[in-house]
Amino acid sequence: MPTQRTAVSSQLAEVADPWPAHGGEPETAILCVEELRKNALSNSRDASRAGDAAIGIRGVSKSFGDDGDDGRLPALQAIDLEIRRNEFVCLLGPSGCGKSTLLNIIGGLLKPSTGEVFVNGRRVVGPLPRDIAFVFQEDTLLPWYTIAQNMHVALEFQGVPREERPERVRAALEAVGMSEFARYYPHQLSVGMKQRIAMSRGLSLQTDIVLMDEPFAALDEQTRMVLGEDLSGLLEQTHKTIVFVTHSLAEAVFLSDRIFVFTARPARLKSIVTVDEPHPRRPDFMTSDKFNGLRNRLYGLLREEIREAVRQNV
Amino acid sequence: MRMQRLLGIFSSPKWIQAGFIAAVFVAWHVLTLSGRISSLFLPSPGAVYAALTQIVASGAVVQAIGTTLRTVLIAYVGAAVLGTTAGFAITRSQYLCRLLEPLLSGLFAIPLTLFFPLFLLFFGIGPGSKIAYGMTYAFFPIALNTISGVIHVDGKLIAAARSMGAPPHLLFRRVLLPGALPVILTGLRIGFFICFATVLGGETLSSISGLGHEVANSAQLMDSSRMFAWILVVIATSFCLVMLAGRLERLRGDLRGGESR
Ligand SMILES: Nc1ncnc2c1ncn2[C@@H]1O[C@H](COP(=O)(O)OP(=O)(O)OP(=O)(O)O)[C@@H](O)[C@H]1O
Ligand SMILES: [Mg+2]
Repeated sequence: MPTQRTAVSSQLAEVADPWPAHGGEPETAILCVEELRKNALSNSRDASRAGDAAIGIRGVSKSFGDDGDDGRLPALQAIDLEIRRNEFVCLLGPSGCGKSTLLNIIGGLLKPSTGEVFVNGRRVVGPLPRDIAFVFQEDTLLPWYTIAQNMHVALEFQGVPREERPERVRAALEAVGMSEFARYYPHQLSVGMKQRIAMSRGLSLQTDIVLMDEPFAALDEQTRMVLGEDLSGLLEQTHKTIVFVTHSLAEAVFLSDRIFVFTARPARLKSIVTVDEPHPRRPDFMTSDKFNGLRNRLYGLLREEIREAVRQNV
Repeated sequence: MRMQRLLGIFSSPKWIQAGFIAAVFVAWHVLTLSGRISSLFLPSPGAVYAALTQIVASGAVVQAIGTTLRTVLIAYVGAAVLGTTAGFAITRSQYLCRLLEPLLSGLFAIPLTLFFPLFLLFFGIGPGSKIAYGMTYAFFPIALNTISGVIHVDGKLIAAARSMGAPPHLLFRRVLLPGALPVILTGLRIGFFICFATVLGGETLSSISGLGHEVANSAQLMDSSRMFAWILVVIATSFCLVMLAGRLERLRGDLRGGESR
């Protein structure tokens, strides 16, 4: 017991807001967004593509640690970018540069030190569960609930009426071919299966925007490709804006409309690479000269930054 | 062959434990037979058995166990309710955690026995003082483990729930409570045995009824056979409680089914 008690005090400094009592957004604000979304959905994909930004990031910087602290760590520096509606963008950068941090700021889970983020034209001050769904880098399924219960709880969190939940859970599990595992607990599934569930949970929330933090990182090459193709097809059918973090250059080129390349920490926007190829993308895109040219260009952009990141971490 | 199998059976933990208890009784018997120890310090098993049948027959045992268990139960339920409530309330704010957690740990480290006279002064010599004393002591491990349990719930799960819009009451029910439960239950178990020990201690120090009172009273009357008989009753009672706690915990494990630990 004494060891446990000391663990409490040492952990305290690290755990921010163990039981956040945030109240969410006012109802009226959510209604506004519903209106916006209806408008957006009534436009055709191409029309909305040319139009307004889904996510606007204006001068966002983020440092961890307290002001004036020696250990203060700048993670993001003056990021300015816009992500259009129905666009698939990848965030690419060396490990530890601040990609997850940027994703968390977009989703309202972290406050930027300076700057602002706009989602559907509205300033982000907290999580926006009706606009943004997350698929996290780590396994975030609740270990004490079965797969079906996990999906159910996600909808409950989002405020979906009880009657609608079973059908949506069933459909979401079917969409990723995991129906037969509905009654399994997360620890009974493989890493890849869990990640598929996490992805289907994110999609079942039916938000316009999905933020994905290396959702395929734990998967083998083959599964990644298949899921990547699925995702590309899905983008064509549903009108979603996807922000995707990856370390795989091939994955970035295969999936993205645009790729934002970041420098080593503190992350600054280094370059934007456009992939001009319609969705859904076929596997033969991967063997084209265009694909290889883009991948080599990305590698050229990243090389220096990866060296810098490695230097930082030794 | 046969020999080996027999050896196999008797080297199982159950047999060794039973053998140990039997050995204690035999040693006890031999020691008292030798006459080298005064029966005031160590009465013979026969004398203790006689005293035991006498206190059982008079109904004193049932009455004392009843008094003590009722006291323990009231103190424990109070401690469990107050401890978990306070624990959860404190985790609502990081500031409160930082302020109160070390304070509670510190208070728990003080031997509260020192304050027992104060409890007597406030709540009298009856069960009231023992209830307050047991409740106070058991409160600390329960509250501290509740805090620890909540704080150690995986932050990623909380972030994910927040991103999906979980309001505080659902965050509590779906994430924090189930996540903290194993640690809270450990606190509740520790709290129970502290409560039991504390109430017995209080009764031994100063009281008018209960198991602890009977032990202390017999000692004061220099009736050591009777005192040992009461000690055996206390041992049997704690043994039953330990068994009960184990049973409850296994029941919970079964209810939770296929879940990982
Ligand atoms: N809560 C935090 N407190 C302090 N420092 C943090 C925190 N979160 C992240 N950092 C630091 O900020 C930097 C950027 O972290 P981040 O997780 O955003 O990187 P990343 O680009 O997602 O890395 P990876 O590709 O390895 O996932 C890292 O150096 C990390 O140590
Ligand atoms: Mg990351």
